[in-house]
Amino acid sequence: MAEPRVLVLRAAGVNCNEETAYAFELAGASTTQIHVNRLVQNPKLLDDFGAVAIPGGFSYGDDIASGRVLGLELDQVLGEAMRKLLGRGGLVLGICNGFQVLTKSGLLPGPEKTGSGIRASLVENESHRYEDRWVHMAVNGKKSLFFGAETQIELPVAHGEGRFVVESDDDLARLEADDRIVLRYVTASGGPASYPANPNGAMAGIAGICDASGQVFGLMPHPERFLFPWQHPTWTRDRRREVGDGLAIFKHAVGNMRS
Amino acid sequence: MLWHFEIRAKEGHRDPFAHEIEKELPWLGLEKAAPVRLSRLYLLGGDFDRATAQRLGSSLLADPVIQEFDLKSLAEAEGQADDVVTVCRKAGVTDPVEESIRRGAARLGIELVEVRTGLRFRFLGAVDREEITRIGTRLLANAVVDEILIGQTALPAHKSPAQQTCSRREIELPAEDGALLELSRSMGLALNLEEMQVIRAHFHELGRRPTDIELETLAQTWSEHCKHKTFNARIDCDGKVYDNLIKQTIFKATRDLDRDFCVSVFKDNAGIVRFDDEHNLCFKVETHNHPSAIEPYGGAGTGLGGVLRDILGTGLGAKPIANVDVFCVGDLAATAEDLPAGVIHPLRVLKGVVAGVRDYGNRMGIPTVSGAVFFDRRYTGNPLVYAGSIGLIPRDRCDKRVEAGDRIVALGGRTGRDGIHGATFSSMELHEDSETMDGGAVQIGNAITEKRCMDVLLAARDLGLYRCVTDCGAGGFSSAVGEMGEELGARVELGAAPLKYPGLSYTEVWISEAQERMVVAVPPEKLDEILALAASEDVETCVLGEFTGSGRLEIFWHGEQVADLDMEFLHDGLPRTTMKATWKSPPRDDLRDFAVPMAGEALRRLLADWNVASKEWIIRQYDHEVQSTSVIKPLVGIDHAGPSDGAVNAPVLGSRRAYAVGLGLCPHYADIDPYHMARAAIDEALRNVVAVGGDPDRCAILDNFSWGNTNKPDRLGALVRAAEGCHDGAMALRLPFISGKDSLNNEYATSAGTIVIPHTLLISALAIVEDLESCVSMDLKRSGTSLYLVGLTRRELGGGAYLRLYGRRGNELPQLGDDALAIHRRMHEAIRDGMVLSCHDCSEGGLGVAAAEMAFAGGIGLEVDLARVLVAGPRLRDDEILFSESLSRYLVEIDSRSAARFEALFEDLPCAAIGRTTTESAFRVRGRNGTVMLEEALTDLARIHSQSLTAVLEGDRRG
Repeated sequence: MAEPRVLVLRAAGVNCNEETAYAFELAGASTTQIHVNRLVQNPKLLDDFGAVAIPGGFSYGDDIASGRVLGLELDQVLGEAMRKLLGRGGLVLGICNGFQVLTKSGLLPGPEKTGSGIRASLVENESHRYEDRWVHMAVNGKKSLFFGAETQIELPVAHGEGRFVVESDDDLARLEADDRIVLRYVTASGGPASYPANPNGAMAGIAGICDASGQVFGLMPHPERFLFPWQHPTWTRDRRREVGDGLAIFKHAVGNMRS
Repeated sequence: MLWHFEIRAKEGHRDPFAHEIEKELPWLGLEKAAPVRLSRLYLLGGDFDRATAQRLGSSLLADPVIQEFDLKSLAEAEGQADDVVTVCRKAGVTDPVEESIRRGAARLGIELVEVRTGLRFRFLGAVDREEITRIGTRLLANAVVDEILIGQTALPAHKSPAQQTCSRREIELPAEDGALLELSRSMGLALNLEEMQVIRAHFHELGRRPTDIELETLAQTWSEHCKHKTFNARIDCDGKVYDNLIKQTIFKATRDLDRDFCVSVFKDNAGIVRFDDEHNLCFKVETHNHPSAIEPYGGAGTGLGGVLRDILGTGLGAKPIANVDVFCVGDLAATAEDLPAGVIHPLRVLKGVVAGVRDYGNRMGIPTVSGAVFFDRRYTGNPLVYAGSIGLIPRDRCDKRVEAGDRIVALGGRTGRDGIHGATFSSMELHEDSETMDGGAVQIGNAITEKRCMDVLLAARDLGLYRCVTDCGAGGFSSAVGEMGEELGARVELGAAPLKYPGLSYTEVWISEAQERMVVAVPPEKLDEILALAASEDVETCVLGEFTGSGRLEIFWHGEQVADLDMEFLHDGLPRTTMKATWKSPPRDDLRDFAVPMAGEALRRLLADWNVASKEWIIRQYDHEVQSTSVIKPLVGIDHAGPSDGAVNAPVLGSRRAYAVGLGLCPHYADIDPYHMARAAIDEALRNVVAVGGDPDRCAILDNFSWGNTNKPDRLGALVRAAEGCHDGAMALRLPFISGKDSLNNEYATSAGTIVIPHTLLISALAIVEDLESCVSMDLKRSGTSLYLVGLTRRELGGGAYLRLYGRRGNELPQLGDDALAIHRRMHEAIRDGMVLSCHDCSEGGLGVAAAEMAFAGGIGLEVDLARVLVAGPRLRDDEILFSESLSRYLVEIDSRSAARFEALFEDLPCAAIGRTTTESAFRVRGRNGTVMLEEALTDLARIHSQSLTAVLEGDRRG
């Protein structure tokens, strides 16, 4: 069995590439960080990898809107190569800015098996402020290849444009029915979240979604920032936790690349 | 063809930015102007038709879900409307968005010739033109960097800048001294008569006139900002003569301590200390006060951008791993009448500088882990912005040298007319016209340009593609090339520098402080490789020239020589001055008439005091967790609402070795005595790292002075006292200074007189944490435990938060005791050995505030008995015990298992169990007679602490 190889994408303004690569390595993958300019010159580089991770950051400064320009590059220049990767069962993970990029490129929510595509976006937080805080999320991992039996997890968010929006309630219902709403902001006890438990005002508290195949997953929170117990804000109160909630996401991905 | 795009929210979608403006309108008394409608405007030009423009709008500019857009030709879009304000960047001011739009368009196969972006605000309420103008200039934009177009609906096209050619220009230095000094003034050189005389004599000897660029180079190099003339001056302070103040105080302490973990002190762009077997850490803090006073957002952002380049320019380049920031601002509740003419309201200053640090630091991907905000009316006209950064560097990349023949290569942003005269500007006093006169000295940064530059630089470092690096800071190329070529000499062709727009003179290219540029010395055989690496990641480069070995600075402009300066004169020709200083104690504040308030009321007011209140509104806007290294965060406890003393980060992924960073800042003590203020600031910085697990014996500190005009003997006298305090404090606590900086002339001249800032010394501490598992936080952990107070409590309330609440200054300020070092060391031992559940230092508001914070942060009840507090001196009142700010004190939560061990550890030092944690949700204090003098619900205390500053910043309360 081949070692799972993950391409961690770099671009001007992408800044969580080191720790995202580290998280995949900790989960058992080998990683290579490749600048988007190299990939644009030679999209075939993607053929060597079983997964692509688009890390957090501010690609091209998030000028115009978050993820807009890199999303455009992914769609216009690398669209074919990405479809090929998905066609052979590859995985795509977008974290924070990477989620914004995937959404703006159209890879999320992605093509539908039936009917027209759903247009989604991640837009400015209702608070009009960038915020770094920890959130609780309910998990629906039925479809996503990045989850197992987890029901609720805790991770930090850090973003100014994380409010998930679609055009209609009907679109939400379709995502829901298809088990593509993978993560929802909830209160610590699992109830419906309002600000600040829902840190950005996302529709239906959506924090992360997957495409119809479960191979593409994007989320606003940062799983790579909770690999170790001491990364949690109250770890000095409860020193019994052995692992961070974020690591499981990388482990499931690597596990599914092996199978 | 020019196409004008207006992007706006679709019906039913609220624009959060427009809502934010609505919340701020009451601040101008113009809430009637609401509601606000916001449009984002783009003016894009090129050889393409309307259908193509339409595609640009839908694929690149507008969000498909929440936005819609109007596309018009520029002529169609132009118009007048009484209720709109259109804002865009002035020509020549960096607009980072332009470049991204060009790139996005190129991916759609569209080449753009012209790009301009802006915002249009429409006020649907009842407002007249004067009111709209006021909103535009006070709320929406800053005339220093923005064009504010009242009543205009469309963005204006860029005017092509006037083409001017420039050639070598010589300056006649007048023989008459008055005229000579006037020349310094009119050219903005900020050189004094003595310095101008030395320059005149030098060129007289050479038998020629200097060129303009030679004078500018000397002015930059000899500026207070670059040469620290005051700290290096000969000073006579009330008869005691210092031949060189800094060498005899701050440097001396470091030299005498001779700590083995110091790798490089006071010579590189940042101080370097050992971290682990493979890495060192470097640390630098800078000020960016004057630019932030006239353009808070740009000033603070570029302040951070600048200190990050210091880290990138340390050794062969360190990776920035954490930022710290400290702001000192005026009264947020000041009314318009309170403000001197030409001053930006403190609330706008604070919001602006926070946004500046946020946007720069977050985009760079560097966690902002620690900070402070300090309020005092005297900062109103001259706010302070400290930005600091910590870097991680491989141990074998700490040395650099330039060799003759090395090419001078500049990496990063283009050079524009921004930031001309920053170094000399910062060496002058602010005044009411600063805002209009000195706009050229202010810049808007582009963090992504710096991020790209950083990525390439660190990759080139690891490939060994250059031999030396430094940043372009104050003075731009002039100081970067001047410093790197100090030993060898350099030949520079300024015509090679890529420019943001044509029309710059050679002097402007040379001294421009355009951001995001680094200079490296590249061996000729590596030149192609580094240029190719940079190009592959879209980083612009230019080869400016080479280091020569001639000992001269030779500058050319398109082949014509415009400067030929002797490096020795440039760097060592500055005449040393002798300055007069004097210091005397202020008159006593007779406190016999002080009416002792109710303790509960005092505590609530202290927690609401902006200096004490939660800074959560600010902290959460900074990404403090990027890089995944955060161990102890700035906010801790059950609701993540407790103010941590210091921050701890583990910078090497997979390693448990960490460092703690902490700050010390107590300018109000300097109103009584700057000597004790300095010692207190050092003690505070140390407490903040020790309280979270830092090792006091592996701790280094930085000094950053912000002072008034030290040409005035009283200000200089205070500086001498503080420098002496730095020396003695560092020796007492065995803490070496490894880097520092001073910003002088922080005064604001008004028609009614000059306002001098408080003497402000920031001490920043960096300490090693052997194993992050040993870290503790300040929130109480459980009921049924004991609370100990380590350290002696004296009647030391002078300059403290408690007396200030009641408008008093007091007299006895906190003084460093003889047992301070032993206390800090022993405290560290207790934490390292796992005895401690929680630990919090006593600082502003003393024991009372610290204990209350521990209780509400942990959601654990607490009862404190003042009769058990160890006090020194004559009988203290209960309120004095509760709110005294005596130094070297920690509150420590210990459970019954560790109590005996803990007490034994502190057997010979002042330490007493003063309270118990309870199962109630209240904080209770018993006075020395046993009666309950204070009882407050934890939820109330938490709410007061968290809401006080947030409410003002949210605009819920009229400023």
